[in-house]
Amino acid sequence: MNMVIEKIGIYLEYPFVRYALIVGILIALCSSLLGVTLVLKRFSFIGDGLSHVAFAAMAVASILNITNDMPITLIVTVICAVMLLRTGQNTKIKGDAAVAMISVGSLAIGYLLMNLFSTSSNLSGDVCSTLFGSTSILTLAQAEVYLCAILSAVVIVIFVLFYNKIFAVTFDENFAKSSGTKANTYNLLIAVVIAVIIVLAMNLVGSLLISALVIFPALSAMRVFKSFRSVTICSALFSVFCAAFGIIVSILAGTPVGSTIVAADMAGFCLFSMVSVFRR
Amino acid sequence: MALLTCQNLSLGYDAKVILHDLSFSVGSGDYLCIVGENGSGKSTLMRTVLGLQPPVHGNVLAGDGLKPNEIGYLPQQTVVQKDFPASVKEIVLSGCQGRCGIRPFYSKTEKKLAAEAMDKMGIPHLASRCYRELSGGQQQRVLLARALCATRKMLLLDEPVSGLDPKVTGEMYRLIGELNSRDGITIVMISHDIAAAVKYASHILHIGSEVFFGTKQEYLKSKTGRLFTEEGGAGHEYGN
Repeated sequence: MNMVIEKIGIYLEYPFVRYALIVGILIALCSSLLGVTLVLKRFSFIGDGLSHVAFAAMAVASILNITNDMPITLIVTVICAVMLLRTGQNTKIKGDAAVAMISVGSLAIGYLLMNLFSTSSNLSGDVCSTLFGSTSILTLAQAEVYLCAILSAVVIVIFVLFYNKIFAVTFDENFAKSSGTKANTYNLLIAVVIAVIIVLAMNLVGSLLISALVIFPALSAMRVFKSFRSVTICSALFSVFCAAFGIIVSILAGTPVGSTIVAADMAGFCLFSMVSVFRR
Repeated sequence: MALLTCQNLSLGYDAKVILHDLSFSVGSGDYLCIVGENGSGKSTLMRTVLGLQPPVHGNVLAGDGLKPNEIGYLPQQTVVQKDFPASVKEIVLSGCQGRCGIRPFYSKTEKKLAAEAMDKMGIPHLASRCYRELSGGQQQRVLLARALCATRKMLLLDEPVSGLDPKVTGEMYRLIGELNSRDGITIVMISHDIAAAVKYASHILHIGSEVFFGTKQEYLKSKTGRLFTEEGGAGHEYGN
């Protein structure tokens, strides 16, 4: 045991390990905060869908030889998120179908474009690293860490300030509207925030595993806790713990970062499920 | 001046009009029941009155100091709510959201208001319980308390007793009646249950192929009313 702690201590002296921990924890925190709302709004798969959109946008950016693909990815993803979430409960194509449509559609388009136009010699490697998360979290530059920290801080502040409104709109959109809450505005806000988080999280776990960061903390917390506030707080703590644990294990054992974090989330979910069974 | 007036209202979805030229008004302290067959446009009417969808034609006017966002609404339960992890207190308090404007947190006044609403509904002992674990009748009381937080004047109830057993249904009608007679809150209720509507309401709005609006006494004497109250039990289907 002492050896492990010592080893962690040595690793923590490297800046790239500290950066990975900071960014990982921040992204896990942000995605879990909105995860509760998304799961309850029946948008569990939005993380998956939007991350495929981001994947397609990145493919387009790489074809056009844009080196810094962050802005274009962010804009495209925000637009799709707004289209999906803005209409809320009163839409014609229901949430799950709309998400599925956008998800597979943009995945196909992204892969198609990369195949047709890519100049890279290692195409499947490129696709794989975008989908499953590469080691990019271990190669973060200081500027990226600052960007991530600022955006996460903005997300957290927005969430805290609008917590009560997000609750009202999630629980009953029609009631909220009838009592004068601008539900559409808040749906828009949620959509923009979730798009920002997903583009950030692409670096961490890759696009296929983002859903895990969104749904596991929320589902685990909902197994045990009974009020919206306690579920939100618990899912945030759960997510932060699993992310930190996953990153440290992946560095020690040399496993892929994204999948290790998700495995930790799944283990946590099983634990919480057992707690809820024993409580009964 | 009436609390709520609808003038020459035509209602529908996507320019498909399902109800033509409807006019009625609700005075302060009235207990109006809106009855009619499935698909006659009861819920559409309520959504229009609440401003959730625009009327195809005509106006909805609020008067007598009633602001459009001061109508308390008791919607039918949605699928989302069935497994929603929220305490009763959180839900009732969310009824005050309209008062907050852009202020992010609830004030002491609003917390007191929520506590009073729970007292009126007889559910203060449930405050920290989880909503999804309550019985159907208790859930309706919670949502009614939330609606009370949004208004002091007028409640719109969308089939408040659907899915409740007869005993709980009776309690629910008694509670609503008390709010009307004791607190002077105007009630507008959508109902399938004509017998109960005739028993509790002061005014009836019957929509469908024949439209009737008037007091209960007039309704019982009218052609539509006689058709649906006397022969209604045998010949017409009113289940959910």
